[in-house]
Amino acid sequence: MGMDTSISRSLRAALLAASLLAVAGSAVAEAESRPQERNPKDPFESFNRAMFAVNEAIDTVAARPAAQAYDTVTPLPVKAAFGNFFANVGDLWVGVNSALQGKGGDAGNDLARLLINSTIGIFGLFDVASELGLERHDEDFGQTLAVWGVGDGGYVFLPVLGPRTVRDAAAWGVDYAADPVRSVDPVRVRNSATVVRFVDIRASLLPYDKVINEAALDRYSYIRDAYLQRRRNQIFDGRPPRLDDDDY
Amino acid sequence: MKKLLALAAAACLALPVLAQQAPNEMVQHVTDEVLDVVRKDRDIQSGGTAKVMELVDQKVLPHFNFTRMTALAVGKDWRKASPQQQQQLADQFKTLLVRTYANALTSYSNQKVVYKPFKMKPEDTDVLVRTEIQQPGNKPVGLDYNLELKNSEWKVYDVTVAGISLVTNYRDQFAQEVRNGGIDGLIASIAAKNRSLEANQAKSEKK
Repeated sequence: MGMDTSISRSLRAALLAASLLAVAGSAVAEAESRPQERNPKDPFESFNRAMFAVNEAIDTVAARPAAQAYDTVTPLPVKAAFGNFFANVGDLWVGVNSALQGKGGDAGNDLARLLINSTIGIFGLFDVASELGLERHDEDFGQTLAVWGVGDGGYVFLPVLGPRTVRDAAAWGVDYAADPVRSVDPVRVRNSATVVRFVDIRASLLPYDKVINEAALDRYSYIRDAYLQRRRNQIFDGRPPRLDDDDY
Repeated sequence: MKKLLALAAAACLALPVLAQQAPNEMVQHVTDEVLDVVRKDRDIQSGGTAKVMELVDQKVLPHFNFTRMTALAVGKDWRKASPQQQQQLADQFKTLLVRTYANALTSYSNQKVVYKPFKMKPEDTDVLVRTEIQQPGNKPVGLDYNLELKNSEWKVYDVTVAGISLVTNYRDQFAQEVRNGGIDGLIASIAAKNRSLEANQAKSEKK
């Protein structure tokens, strides 16, 4: 019995890997057969499209079903508590990045949030600071590099990690190294926390699935351009200058 | 004749009133009105797309400048299109956007919309109205409207969700279609997308 399951498990894994490779292969072939002008924002487009196809396959068989299950099973207050907990853990790093970008006031606000939520908010399960009017900021090391004037290096799509720019993919390594969840002991708790956070993030994106499916002529481009717009918005803290569109 | 005069006088009185409604008040008024209907209507909550689309069509669209929206989405190629092609593009794009917007509305039915403080100078003709959708257990999502003053009426020409413009996000996709099949190719592919969505909707509503 035990052997059966382990055989069938490895068989399933092999099948999954094979089908992923097939999907990736056909996507590359498709991308290469299409006569295409290079998009200056997307210098690695055929690689990216292949990785996008791999990610879609992983999402369909694993990430989305897990997120849907989590979404149905978990009561709203629990979900809110998870979301708050991870956000609180992240507020220290948000504060560091605010400071690195020369936004001293914001950095003070972020640290005050961390202190208030970790104490009165019971280890960050409740977001008391927001109720008190201390707004949650959205900063990471990629934005800090952008503020420092580092170019984005082009768009890349990676399986599981999803859309990034080269700059933000590199900066994500720094964010990851600074992540408090990474130093959690024992390893089992750390791994569960990592998985719960991933599923929680994927679940928060579920409502967008239908919108993207219905709105996009080409899902790949739609997601790429939405990501690039969103990053620009974050770098300018929600007030990016409108791009030159007065001529139309 | 007297009646006509009275009507004309009433129209004159009504016009400045329309023009005076500040853009942020207009956005708030329309949003509240639409959300009110969405919250009360069980059909809409259970995913009756046709009904929401009708609602959006009646309440929201009169406040949108669709020609400008389509021009922004098409970008540089807009000037290559003949007036007739421009009209077809605007019609097809409208159908596509109404559906997207209607879907977004149904999923926001139990969330709170907060209107951010708004400032404008009396001479401004192009403004940004910022709102925020607050949802328990999730980060708030910014929902912003760009409006311009045209013929003494404020009209929305872009909607931005979480920093993503629903209009300019189409620019590269549309440019790609135009490269492959010209303006007519672009019209055909938006029309095909609309037809397939309509077919799906018919299927799901039969069930």
